[in-house]
Amino acid sequence: MGKQQSIQQEKRRKAIMSIVLAIICVIYMLPIVTILINTFKNAGAVKSNLFALPNAETFVGFENYVTGMTAGSFPFWKAVLFNVIITVLSAFLILLFCSMAAWYVARVNSIFCKIFYYLCVFSMVVPFQMVQFTLSKTADSLSLNTPWTIPIVYLGFGAGLAIFMFVGFAKSIPIEIEEAASIDGCGPLKTYFMVVFPMLKPTMISVGILEIMWVWNDYLLPSLVLDLAEYRNIPMHIQLTTTGSYGQMNLGAMMAMIFLSIVPIIIFYLLCQKYIIKGVAAGAVKG
Amino acid sequence: MKTTAAAADGAKANPVKKRKKAAYKSGHSSMTKRSLRKWSWLFIGPVFAAFIIGFIWPFAQGIYLSFCGKFSVISQARIKGFENYVKAFSDETFFHSFWFTALFAVVSVILINLLAFTIAYALTQGVKGSNLFRTVFFMPNLIGGIVLGYLWSMIFDGLLDLWTTQNLVDNETYGFWGLIILLLWQQVGYMMIIYIAGLQAVPDDMIEAAKIDGATKTQTLFRVIIPNVMPSITICTFLTLTNSFKLFDQNLALTGGKPGRLTEMLALNISNGYSNMATRGMAQAKAVIFFLFVAALGIAQLVATRRKEVQQ
Repeated sequence: MGKQQSIQQEKRRKAIMSIVLAIICVIYMLPIVTILINTFKNAGAVKSNLFALPNAETFVGFENYVTGMTAGSFPFWKAVLFNVIITVLSAFLILLFCSMAAWYVARVNSIFCKIFYYLCVFSMVVPFQMVQFTLSKTADSLSLNTPWTIPIVYLGFGAGLAIFMFVGFAKSIPIEIEEAASIDGCGPLKTYFMVVFPMLKPTMISVGILEIMWVWNDYLLPSLVLDLAEYRNIPMHIQLTTTGSYGQMNLGAMMAMIFLSIVPIIIFYLLCQKYIIKGVAAGAVKG
Repeated sequence: MKTTAAAADGAKANPVKKRKKAAYKSGHSSMTKRSLRKWSWLFIGPVFAAFIIGFIWPFAQGIYLSFCGKFSVISQARIKGFENYVKAFSDETFFHSFWFTALFAVVSVILINLLAFTIAYALTQGVKGSNLFRTVFFMPNLIGGIVLGYLWSMIFDGLLDLWTTQNLVDNETYGFWGLIILLLWQQVGYMMIIYIAGLQAVPDDMIEAAKIDGATKTQTLFRVIIPNVMPSITICTFLTLTNSFKLFDQNLALTGGKPGRLTEMLALNISNGYSNMATRGMAQAKAVIFFLFVAALGIAQLVATRRKEVQQ
């Protein structure tokens, strides 16, 4: 009798906990929902009461989205495009070259390799403000200031974390497998791409996600390096339009723009949630 | 593929292993090593070059410039000693931003870890919908600082409109708590993930044993579970601490340092210094101080973790 009672108590406790958590969840999502609701209101209604639902008078349909996407001398869709270019190129460069370098460091293990490895670890501790001014000047002088060349800067500044994570994993790969490949007549390149590369896949996903999240959301580096009349990424564009230094924007369209810049992140998250959570946890433990 | 599997199997057998060891000693084994060296330029060259451009050169130059007098282009810079450091230490905005950041870091570290641990603990009790809750709590973490800042500045201004005429940027206290709420929203989910991993690693039989010994839920939590997730607590404390000290994007987008420069945190204070030629050298000196401070935090953290690991 007593046991049954305690089981029932336990059940009730869990149900209450579920409800409490559900309420917190709803509160957690309110900021995004508020923005979403406001994307359908006209600018005046956004300004007068942010938390009112749109009514017949204030509802504007998808007009804000159209304005948000296309308005201004530098439309938002272009910023999205450049953001994609920069992120994809940077992630590709970082994953390919850092995994190669990490394998080299793990296998050759010379003094040079050790110094390089510790410099990489060191670079993770250094705050960006330390190199902010000098890096932007260096990038300018080497004309690494377009969306097509800025990934090289990302490769350099992002190498620390990537090398660190890849070396940790590459050391755990049994060397015998590679030696078997080389006995079978594979050169280093073939050994790398046919044998090592496939085994690095789980780490690739973790590193890839961390670097994609960083580059996609990065504001400071592109804003220092890119010529903002020609190229912008999403954070730069949001910053420039909201501060109004490059022309005021309709508040409703602003809401649509903010919402649109969140949507790709949510989609990306829902698609590869499992890997993202795993990658983030791995990065945290190691970094 | 077949051959590699066979080789891996063979390596397990003892005689092969012995032969391998002998081969290592004679320096004969590193076939991969020697042939790899011929390909250095391809394997390590690109990253090394980019690393010099993206980190080593700017870092060295940064240290050099912190000792230089006024300059607009780097080639004009001339060594002038510690002048910039003296200026940095006598700059009131720098001190204010340091204390603002330190206070911010303390409050945010405590609140984030408390909330993240509580939620993680609740989610590992086997309640229905745990996965959905986890998904929702983690999501804000992926939104970048700038977007996050503007999103929240609109929400805060909307809320403040309901009972005052002030905006978020008109009041230092509002700005402080606004930044705290923003950072909580962004990072609780992240730390929660780390705590969940730590909590799941606590052996079940340990908790079971405590129960049999008559421990209450609270006793189990404080005497068994928390000591066992200590490593996660250290990691999270360190991450939240460095994140708070390095915070930039959120600060810029939410308050921009306003009112005046009262809500300017360290990173933003330094960054703003670069835009003016007169304060550029001083900003670089501040950055060096900032870097040393963050590095010291990291080393202290490392030492603390090591000590704990020895005890366990």
